[in-house]
Amino acid sequence: MAEKTIVIPSFSLPARIDQVGIEERAARFTKRSIKNETKLNGLLLTLNMIDLTTLEGKDTVGKVKQLCYKAVHLHDEYPGLPTVAAVCVYPSMVATAKKALGDSGVNVASVATAFPSGQAPRNVKISDVKYAVQQGADEIDMVISRGKFLEGEYNYVFDEIAAVKEACGEARLKVILETGELVTYDKVRRASDIAMYAGADFIKTSTGKISPAATMPVTLVMLEAIRDFYYKTGKMIGMKPAGGISKSKLALHYLVMLNETLGEEWMNNHWFRFGASSLANDVLMQLMKARTGVYQGKDYFSID
Amino acid sequence: MAKAKNNTLKLKFDSARNYAPAPESKSVAKINPRYDLFINGKFEKPLSKKYFATINPATEEKLSEVADANAADVDKAVKAARNAYDKTWKKMPAKERAKYIFRIARIMQERAREFAVIETLDGGKPIRESRDFDVPTAANHFFYYAGWADKLEYAFPNRKAQPLGVAGQIIPWNFPLLMAAWKIAPALATGNTVVLKPAETTPLTALKLAEIIQEADLPPGVVNIITGAGATGAAMVNHPDINKIAFTGSTNVGKIIQKAIAGTGKRATLELGGKAANIIFDDAPLDQAVEGVINGIFFNQGHVCCAGSRLYVQESVAKEVIRKIKDRLETLIVGDPLDKNTDIGAINSKEQLNIINRYLKIGVAEGAEMYQGSGSIPSKGFFCKPTIFTNVAQSNRIAQEEIFGPVLTIQTFRTDDEVIEKANNTPYGLSAGVWTDKGSKIFNLTTKLRAGVIWANTYNQFDPTSPFGGYKESGYGREGGLHGLYPYVRLV
Repeated sequence: MAEKTIVIPSFSLPARIDQVGIEERAARFTKRSIKNETKLNGLLLTLNMIDLTTLEGKDTVGKVKQLCYKAVHLHDEYPGLPTVAAVCVYPSMVATAKKALGDSGVNVASVATAFPSGQAPRNVKISDVKYAVQQGADEIDMVISRGKFLEGEYNYVFDEIAAVKEACGEARLKVILETGELVTYDKVRRASDIAMYAGADFIKTSTGKISPAATMPVTLVMLEAIRDFYYKTGKMIGMKPAGGISKSKLALHYLVMLNETLGEEWMNNHWFRFGASSLANDVLMQLMKARTGVYQGKDYFSID
Repeated sequence: MAKAKNNTLKLKFDSARNYAPAPESKSVAKINPRYDLFINGKFEKPLSKKYFATINPATEEKLSEVADANAADVDKAVKAARNAYDKTWKKMPAKERAKYIFRIARIMQERAREFAVIETLDGGKPIRESRDFDVPTAANHFFYYAGWADKLEYAFPNRKAQPLGVAGQIIPWNFPLLMAAWKIAPALATGNTVVLKPAETTPLTALKLAEIIQEADLPPGVVNIITGAGATGAAMVNHPDINKIAFTGSTNVGKIIQKAIAGTGKRATLELGGKAANIIFDDAPLDQAVEGVINGIFFNQGHVCCAGSRLYVQESVAKEVIRKIKDRLETLIVGDPLDKNTDIGAINSKEQLNIINRYLKIGVAEGAEMYQGSGSIPSKGFFCKPTIFTNVAQSNRIAQEEIFGPVLTIQTFRTDDEVIEKANNTPYGLSAGVWTDKGSKIFNLTTKLRAGVIWANTYNQFDPTSPFGGYKESGYGREGGLHGLYPYVRLV
């Protein structure tokens, strides 16, 4: 099969983004009224797209095990629920998660490359990645060197991503841009292009450690970058907004945006993820409401 | 197996058009089976004794019937307005006038949902637009001009602004309530009284506005609302006791009005047709520009006098822009205007649909390439798929004449001078759009484009504080803002 030659463009002249326009367009998706079976399907899909995440210094083996159990048994009172897409942990917890998840089909994602700041030399980052992969991680969530990026050292950032991709081996690579530190939409677009051309399988907004984390306009900028990249290269790239998405309604807005920007081929957890810890319970609450007609208190849903 | 070629890649959007129905409830909309003429503060039976039906263009079902005013009815309305002007309105302190206008604005806000539903039922526009644009903007116009009523001496320093008397106002069917607000609010603020005629296909929100005017307890005769078709409008234009005509509508009727009032001393503002150029340069934020183009031509089914119906794209980005527009067409939902997810509603009338379809045929016959998205349209009611034409020549009729429907022509250009020349090469001059990242280019174009409103990196933005109006055959006079006061005052 003849691969298309990918021509790497100049990153000093990326596509331009108009702030007012992109924010208006993102707001427009929130006007879609999602009801009945569309809503139900959307909620189930949301659950299935979640990267259930715990990234705390105080994480314990016990906590990760509990999280893994929840990943597979979201709410057993509601039969037939899907599992989440992946459990996202630090490299030191990968082995624990891998063992706990077994053959459930739920992936283990590990943050690496001196997450969340990325402030470490390249060889340290590479060995961080290699360790996580060797422990059994199916997916690696790396952070870009924002300092270098903001200095204009685009080639450095590009080469680093390419090196991490190589270290990933079979694992899929998610590249975290940390859009809250890039500030402008133009820079988000530029970083998205660099990440995709350098070999990212997914681009991801945020670590969740910086505010603002994912927003709809920022995610839209990245989705449009993915679309343009797809038309240029024929290669599909995944998208993961992370941080700040804790309500079902907002998650549905994101799905509408995904559906109307990239289309139905992206509407599954191979190409789209929510990085979130508390979203799952809100979705479960909505699903139970749809089934029983009443909202149940939050204590009826397990906190892990 | 050979890999799919680049140019055969296509995103799939079928699921993006198939949301579960989310209809707005009709229960708030109270529509009487029959409406009389609103004259002198009361609903009165027409002297003509005639009524005509108004239908829902999305279902072709009859909504109500309204009176068909003849010349005698017009005379009665004008007399009521004259009487109210002489006896009450012109003597009333300006700050008291302002209170009435504020009251109209506030009642309209309170009843916003009802107005939105009726506007959508009667006119066919999507509920999202009537709810988020038409009704709130109409209320804002009343608020804005209520504020001016007692501040005219600041609007016209060292001059005294006197009202003209009775204003005859004739409005179109594309934004029925909003156009009524554009006309009535500045007239009342400056101390004039009004006889207003809504279009024959969309009279209901104006008649609901009459109910608000009753509720706001305006002195009888200050605002009179009469319904009818062209003959009623002609009787208004030719009535000797009307001091000013304000008209929004087609250029042809505008010309007739201008001939009719020549030599009579009547003042006039005419807001007529348009064939706006929307210009995309290669350094533009393309995705936002495409969104602006879509909004520019498909807003309100393209029934917008300032619709960006001629797209000019710089040739180096033309392919990409056209691809993006085609993708965007896939996610436009055409259907039940009352559904909250509908992007493009019903064409306002059968006549208008016929006109649009005729232009589609003309475009194909002229050799332009027609493209429509893969979405479907309802089998009942008046609907038209959003349509783009590529391979268009400047001499094509579809690029010269106002279609007033969801039809976009696309041409390419190479240099700035070329696009300025082409954009100005039209009898109209209402609006234009410029998309570029370069500020200097924006200023160069805005000084050279002959259009009343020019948007840069956005389109179809309206605000009560901003004047609106055209050049050339798009009419004269301005509505909105401080400028919108001038046509209703005599400065001494």
